[in-house]
Amino acid sequence: MDNRRWLWPGLLSALVITSLMSVSIGPLQISPTVSLQAVVNWATQLEVGSVAPHEQLVINNVRLPRTLLALAVGAVLAQCGAVMQGLFRNPLADPGIIGVSSGAALGAAICIVLIPQGGEYMVALSAFVAGLLTTLAVYRLASSPSGTSVVLLLLSGVAIAALAGAGIGLLTYMADDMALRDLTLWQMGSIAGAQWHYVILSLLALALVSWQFNRNAKALNALLLGEAEARHLGLDVDKLKFKLIVLCAIGVGIAVAATGIIGFIGLVVPHLVRMMVGPDHKQLLPLSAMLGAAILALADIGARALVAPSELPVGLVTALLGAPFFILLLLKQRHRLI
Amino acid sequence: MTNQTSPNVEPSGKTVLQVNKLSVRIGQKTVLSHINLNIQAGQVTALLGPNGAGKSTLLKSLCQEVAADNGTIDVFGAKLEQWDRQQLAKSMAVLPQHASLTFPFKVHEVVEMGLYPLSLSQQQGKQLVLSQLEQVDLLHLKDRSYPTLSGGEKQRVQLARVLTQLAQAPQSPILLLDEPTSALDLAQQHRVLSLAKRLAHEQGYAVIVVLHDLNQASRYADRLVILEQGQVVEDGSPEQTLTPATIRQVWHYDPVVVNQPNSATPLLF
Repeated sequence: MDNRRWLWPGLLSALVITSLMSVSIGPLQISPTVSLQAVVNWATQLEVGSVAPHEQLVINNVRLPRTLLALAVGAVLAQCGAVMQGLFRNPLADPGIIGVSSGAALGAAICIVLIPQGGEYMVALSAFVAGLLTTLAVYRLASSPSGTSVVLLLLSGVAIAALAGAGIGLLTYMADDMALRDLTLWQMGSIAGAQWHYVILSLLALALVSWQFNRNAKALNALLLGEAEARHLGLDVDKLKFKLIVLCAIGVGIAVAATGIIGFIGLVVPHLVRMMVGPDHKQLLPLSAMLGAAILALADIGARALVAPSELPVGLVTALLGAPFFILLLLKQRHRLI
Repeated sequence: MTNQTSPNVEPSGKTVLQVNKLSVRIGQKTVLSHINLNIQAGQVTALLGPNGAGKSTLLKSLCQEVAADNGTIDVFGAKLEQWDRQQLAKSMAVLPQHASLTFPFKVHEVVEMGLYPLSLSQQQGKQLVLSQLEQVDLLHLKDRSYPTLSGGEKQRVQLARVLTQLAQAPQSPILLLDEPTSALDLAQQHRVLSLAKRLAHEQGYAVIVVLHDLNQASRYADRLVILEQGQVVEDGSPEQTLTPATIRQVWHYDPVVVNQPNSATPLLF
């Protein structure tokens, strides 16, 4: 109960501080005050304070889109993770489990290796479409006339992911050096070079999933009783599952298309929030969104700062931070999960 | 659905649920054949029979978990499959045999899930949840984490959730209980079943319960329906149905019958 009271303001201030750090830190150091003035200038078209033109330019075209993309993608991935874990009644589920990530990776690989002249947008588009198609294939595979089985859905996800992995392997084998490098970097995920149209697309995805997930928060709670019990409560379980899976596919698909594959946000963030406020989706979803946004923005700052003046792919940073944390979590909860 | 404006409690004895010539096959096996059954409000009806007789399948077809091959089920005069799920959920609820929750919800949050089909303000909902927790004597545990409860407490939390779900029933609610006592000690068994009986006799619930223990059935149920190999073989009061001859025929077991001085029903061992 106490947790809930301080968590909202706490996470909000963490978000603001991280965002401010994210627009200030980089090869060109800009003080937080000047950054803030620059952001205000950008938003209001005024000229507040003493922001040098080159600083304003860096904020407008590099730092601000990058920060917003990190925030939006982090919030989408964390919420989709929370919904997947609820839907599968399994704390180890993550958005990748329904095949979005593996399908998107295959789509991107096909484009990078086979249509090298297609350019960056083609890669993103093909990743998004392939992610969505893979999800629908997994869903179809798991559906029978008597409904959709969660176990079948998990197994289909694993099978399709293996197939996509084999496809990517084959493409990697065929790829030339240039494509190979693109492929590897894409799979590690990066927010560098964020562009405004990806930012807008990701923000739209964030708005869509946040709105829809919150409308279904109570139903998601009821679903945790078990599918039969949820039906007896008057829920249209199959419709709900389909809707949530498609929303996750859209959200994660857009996120993956914009940034490549960024792991562990969707898995770890909902866990952390659940440890603090419990499993009620009415709290879990918005708080996961905020924490996911803050953590991805922080990881992106790390990606820039750790090996400056060079940069690490942010997916590498989240994996480096997330995996040990996840192992720690497993060790702590081992006795409860058996 | 025509009688939605009728008073909350209908005269006991009114038929709320009608099973006509119901047959269910699972794979090649006929599990139920030509079941005819009328369930009345204000009564506890127990479904009895040896393992595999079809009593759980019958309960499952009443709550649409199992599809019928033939025959119909009418609820409040309308076909079961024509009901809007959420409307039906207000009048018909199922207590699961055991409900495990993956995530550590608090007790009051579990009961709040029963509010799903209802349209109540937040304040009214909270009030209702608390009053139902009180009815099952668990108000003191409302902030405890559900997975830390004992089996009996969990069962009563689920009962409170189900009663919350039925709180706005426009007609006599139907409550389905699937072996509600299987995980409970003797005192808890008594608690759950006597609450079910009270709901039927005092508030006009139609309670349908699958039981294994014949003595329990004769103590708490008004009417016993005995199934054998997918067919109803006996249907009536405990005195009429639980005869040594029937028990020998259905369960292939020779009971020791002890007549009780103060009760019409004999004890069976």
